[in-house]
Amino acid sequence: MEKKQLKTILSLVSVAVILFFSFWAEDHLDSYQIRLLYMWGIYVIFVASFNLVYGYTGQFSMGHAGLAAVGAYTVSLLILSPEAKQLSFFIAPPIWPISVVQWPFLPSLILAGVLTAIVGFLIGAPALRLRGDYLLIATLGFSEIIRLLLCNMPSICNGAMGLKGIPHHANLTWVAGLAIFTVFVVKRLVDSSYGRAMRCVKEDEIAAEAVGVNLFYHKILAFVISSFFVGIGGALFAEVLGTIDPNTFKPYLTYAVMIMAVLGGVESLTGGIIAAAVYTVMSELLRVVETPRTFFSLEYPGIPGLRMLVFAVMLLLLILFARKGLMGDREFSWDWLLSKVQRDTKGGQES
Amino acid sequence: MSVLNVDNLTMRFGGLVAVSEFNLELEKGEIVGLIGPNGSGKTTVFNTVTGFYMPTEGNIFLDGTEITGLKPDKVTSFGLARIFQNSRVFRNLTVFDNVMIGYHLRLHSNPLAAIARTPGYVKQETEAKEKTLALLEGLGLVEYVDERAGSLPYGLQRKLEVARALATKPKVLLLDEPATGMSAEETTEMIDFILQVREDFDLTIFLIEHHMQVVMGICHRIVVLNYGKTIANGTPDSIKNNPKVIQAYLGAD
Repeated sequence: MEKKQLKTILSLVSVAVILFFSFWAEDHLDSYQIRLLYMWGIYVIFVASFNLVYGYTGQFSMGHAGLAAVGAYTVSLLILSPEAKQLSFFIAPPIWPISVVQWPFLPSLILAGVLTAIVGFLIGAPALRLRGDYLLIATLGFSEIIRLLLCNMPSICNGAMGLKGIPHHANLTWVAGLAIFTVFVVKRLVDSSYGRAMRCVKEDEIAAEAVGVNLFYHKILAFVISSFFVGIGGALFAEVLGTIDPNTFKPYLTYAVMIMAVLGGVESLTGGIIAAAVYTVMSELLRVVETPRTFFSLEYPGIPGLRMLVFAVMLLLLILFARKGLMGDREFSWDWLLSKVQRDTKGGQES
Repeated sequence: MSVLNVDNLTMRFGGLVAVSEFNLELEKGEIVGLIGPNGSGKTTVFNTVTGFYMPTEGNIFLDGTEITGLKPDKVTSFGLARIFQNSRVFRNLTVFDNVMIGYHLRLHSNPLAAIARTPGYVKQETEAKEKTLALLEGLGLVEYVDERAGSLPYGLQRKLEVARALATKPKVLLLDEPATGMSAEETTEMIDFILQVREDFDLTIFLIEHHMQVVMGICHRIVVLNYGKTIANGTPDSIKNNPKVIQAYLGAD
């Protein structure tokens, strides 16, 4: 019991430290560093929600980009002022109620999550009847349908022009807090009876059904909860970027999340957190390969998008040689850390 | 009244009649065997009764409730559990989790309560944990609780599958070849296990088996299928001497 309390205290302290750090960082780090931390937090939300559906429930869904778009557009349209919307909607004027509505940030964020969860349900209800590759194709298709709808609905979301000048409400503490909240909820869910049922669905659908697990219910449950957080992540994404258009949500975004999830280990949330950091840093470092430069009088023009090739090769290598990623299905835990510490102190006393 | 009542069950796959006009009445506490040559439709009967296939014709009643055409998880919730021909334990889950999942069905809660760990949810979860441990204790599996199910020897995996089925609180247990691939010693152990389980959990058992030692040893009645048709139904002794059965198994000249 004492150990349990100790672990709770450790968790609370580390959450406090992270939040305090993010609060401090807001004023003391430069805007580039802050932006990287933002992206890390958002990627953590995306990866945790991807792990819930793929890692724990075994449903290979590739709808992240489309769902993130729903969250991003919802929050942007709600927090933009009516005047700003009138100004930027010059293909067609915005329809009611978009033309008049302006909400504070928090309710907009919640609505973004809820609306994305609803869209997630509408996509999941038919798509989750499929399995394996077919599910992947269907969800990828839905993701693209959302993007194309956004392109072709000028009076709702300004079509391909996208939205500009999205007010910046979310600070780093918001992002850190929401990332922690996401990981916490996903962890609690997968450790519950429902999570156990989800793992059974992943392991063996036929056996799961035979022990009374309603396959569809648990698949859609994972999918809807995941969608909710993808919506939140998408909303924060829009906040950070300040400008969004349908092309922000190309399937490339989903691939990025998938790479992070595989790198971290699909059944490991802490692995996902590490992988999100690695990905954020790497995608900055790899800008080198895209910048034009001269090697010994040889002109290298710099190819935009070459980073993606590097990531693709990385994914291939991961799948070929390290399928379990960094952490596989293990988690960083206080138990593990405490046992390390105890062993060290014991060793010290003996010698 | 019979616990399980299968009435005129027919299962067709396109032009192939896998099972035709199958009838069965299981009395409470009975052990009934289903035998027949390979491909005679035994597993199809199981799959249809447990909801994995939608029967072409016929009705199935469990304790007076019609369960025809219900989904497998629904059928299980009414009190009909099964184990599969090939071991289908959740290999990457622990022995404990494998059994614990059986109680998920009876959980009266919702995912939000589970995430928030409300007292109501925690209480049920704790109860399920205790029941799981007690069940594993009773079946002699308690020393393996934390092991991955896939790492257990085959005989124990079969026992674990029965344990998992028992966690769903069945009235009727369907066993699809529980002793296949077992040595003589393991088979004897399995027979004892089945008898013990029936006694302890007040079960009615319907089983498919090729091991004549098992079938003749524990079944009160035997149903014989051949090409989807019931060719005999009676006590083990009457089956042994039934010319139709001998013909089906050995061929005739």
